[in-house]
Amino acid sequence: MSTTPDAVIQLDNLSVTLGSRLILNQLQVELKGRTIGLLGPNGAGKSTLINTLLGFYAPSCGTARVFGYDVNKDTRHVRSLIGYMPENDSFIADMNAVTFIRMMGELSGLPPETALERAHECLFYVGLGEARYRKLGTYSLGMKQLAKLAQAIVHGPKLVILDEPTNGLDPPARRRMLKMIREMRDNAGMRIVLCSHLLRDVEDTCEEVIILKGGSIVHYADLEAERRANKRFVELETVGDDEGFAAAMESLGATCAMAGKGRWKMVLPAEFSFRDLFKVASEKDLELRRLNYRKDTLEDIFLKAMNQ
Amino acid sequence: MAVYKRTYTTYAGPLTPPRTRFLVLPRYCYERLFQSRFLTGFLVACFFFPLGCAGYIYLVNNLSVFTSMGVPAPEFLKIDSSFFRFLMNFQGAMAYILTALIGPSLIAPDLANNALPTYFSRPFSRTEYVIGKVSVLFILLSIITWVPGVLLFILQVSQAGGDWLSNNWFILRAVVLGQVAWILLLSLLSVALSAWVKWKVVAGALILGVFGIGAGLAGIINSILRTDYGAMIDLSRIMYTIWSDQLNIETSTGLEPFEAWLSFIAVCVICLLMLERKIRPKEIVR
Repeated sequence: MSTTPDAVIQLDNLSVTLGSRLILNQLQVELKGRTIGLLGPNGAGKSTLINTLLGFYAPSCGTARVFGYDVNKDTRHVRSLIGYMPENDSFIADMNAVTFIRMMGELSGLPPETALERAHECLFYVGLGEARYRKLGTYSLGMKQLAKLAQAIVHGPKLVILDEPTNGLDPPARRRMLKMIREMRDNAGMRIVLCSHLLRDVEDTCEEVIILKGGSIVHYADLEAERRANKRFVELETVGDDEGFAAAMESLGATCAMAGKGRWKMVLPAEFSFRDLFKVASEKDLELRRLNYRKDTLEDIFLKAMNQ
Repeated sequence: MAVYKRTYTTYAGPLTPPRTRFLVLPRYCYERLFQSRFLTGFLVACFFFPLGCAGYIYLVNNLSVFTSMGVPAPEFLKIDSSFFRFLMNFQGAMAYILTALIGPSLIAPDLANNALPTYFSRPFSRTEYVIGKVSVLFILLSIITWVPGVLLFILQVSQAGGDWLSNNWFILRAVVLGQVAWILLLSLLSVALSAWVKWKVVAGALILGVFGIGAGLAGIINSILRTDYGAMIDLSRIMYTIWSDQLNIETSTGLEPFEAWLSFIAVCVICLLMLERKIRPKEIVR
C-alpha cells in the first residue's frame, strides 16, 4: 500500500502476535476522518491496535502508519504526533495535577516554562482549573478522566487517541467530554481516535468507524458520507385499500418496499416533503396509523457486524 | 490574557533537544525527595565526615602546630592510600544507606500507579527512562562520594606539593573509578529491585538485604565447598577488592581483582536484564 498524504491511519495487512496468540489478523484499512471510532466487543483487539499504533507492540507482519510514518520504524516521531489517554488510571497518585501534566509536557519536548503554562491552560480547558493543585490520588473517577485528557493534549498533538474517555462519567460530565472532543476536532484541528463501548458516543462524534471482531475488521462505515447522503428512511403502517399507493409514492421519487400487510418501508429523497405523503394518502383514502422516521443506527450496524 | 480565559490551542513553538529530556526525571524526583526533612538532613550529614577529613589533611600537613606546642609530631599521621580507602568505605556506606532510602521511590510508584504507558506514549524511550531514574541516584551519590574525594585529593596536593602528587596520582583514579563503580552498582541494583517489587517498604528492605544475603550465601558456599569463590556473590567484598586493587593495597578477601570485576559486570548485566524485562509500557501475558 502506498502512503496517502491525507490518511491519518493506514493499516496494511497488519498482524500482531503476542506470545503465541494471533491478536490482530491482517488488518487492511485507510482512515482519513477527523474523528475515527474504534468499536468491537471485549477481546476484539481494539486495545492491541491502539498499543500497536503507539509502538508498544511490534507488528508480526504488515505495517501500520500514522500520518504516513511507520509506527515501527519512526516510533519516536509518531509518538511526538500523538496524545494518548489510556483507559485505566495511569499517573503518579501523590503528585498534583499541574506538576504531573507539566512533567508530561516536558517529556514531550516542551520547554519548562511553556510546559507549566500549558499545564495550567489544559487543566482550565478540561474544567479542572480549581482543583489543579490537588493530588491526583484524591480525584474522583470523573476528574481523573479529565486529568488524563489534559495530559494527552498538553503538548498539542495532531492525533489524540482516547480509550474509553466517557467511562465512569455521569451524564452531564459525559456530555461535556463529548463536547470537548468535538471542540478539539473543530477548533484545534486535531484528529481523534475514539475507542468506546458506548455506541451513542461514537455515533455523536465520529466520522468514520471500524468494527473489530476476533482481531479482524468486520465492518467499516463512513458515517459522514452517510450523513451527507441524507437518506430518509420511513416506516409506514396504513389501513385501507393501498393499491396504487406505492406507484404514486415512487412517482414522487420515493423507493418503496412492502413489509407485510399494510406495512411499508420507504426511502425518501432529500427534497421530499411529508405534506406530499399525506396528500397521496388522502387521495387514495388511506388511513395512516403509524409513521416512523428512522435509518440504520450505529447499533444496527454493530449488531449486524457481530452476527457476520 | 489570563490562563483561565484562554481556549485550547495547538503548540508550534520550539522543542527541547531529545537527548537531554531524560534529565526531566531527576529534576522532578529531587523536587519530591527533598520535601522530606529527614532525607535532606541525612544528605547534609553525609558531608560531615569529608569536612572532618579536610581538617585532618590540613593538620597533617601543618605539623608545626605540634612543635609550636612543644609536642613531638606523631608519626602515624600521614595521608596515603589507606586514608583514602577509609574515606571511600565510610562515604560508600553513607551512599548505601541513602540508596536504600531513595531507591524504592524511583520506579516502584510508577509501576504501582501504572504510569509507564503515559511515559512511553511520548517521544521518550525505555532506555531514556532507565537512564533518567539511574541518574537521580548517580548525581546524588556522586556529590557525597567521589566529588568530596577528589576535592580532598586536591586539598592534599595543594598542601603536600608536587612530590606527593607524583607518588600518589593513582589515588585520584582509584577514588573516581572505585566510587563511580560503587554508585553504578547501587543505582542499578536499587532501580532493578524497585522495578520488581512494587511495594516501596519491601523494595527498601530488599536493597538493604541483598548485601547481607550475598555475604551470608558466600560464607555458606565457602565453608561447604572449601573454596573462596563464594566471595563472588558477596557484593561488599567485590567492591572492597576493587577499591583495594585500585589503591595498590594488599587484601585477603579471597578474590582476585579480575574476579571482582567479572562479578561486578555480571551483577550489572543481571540488573539491566531485570529492567529490560520489567520496564515495558504493557506487560504481555503469555
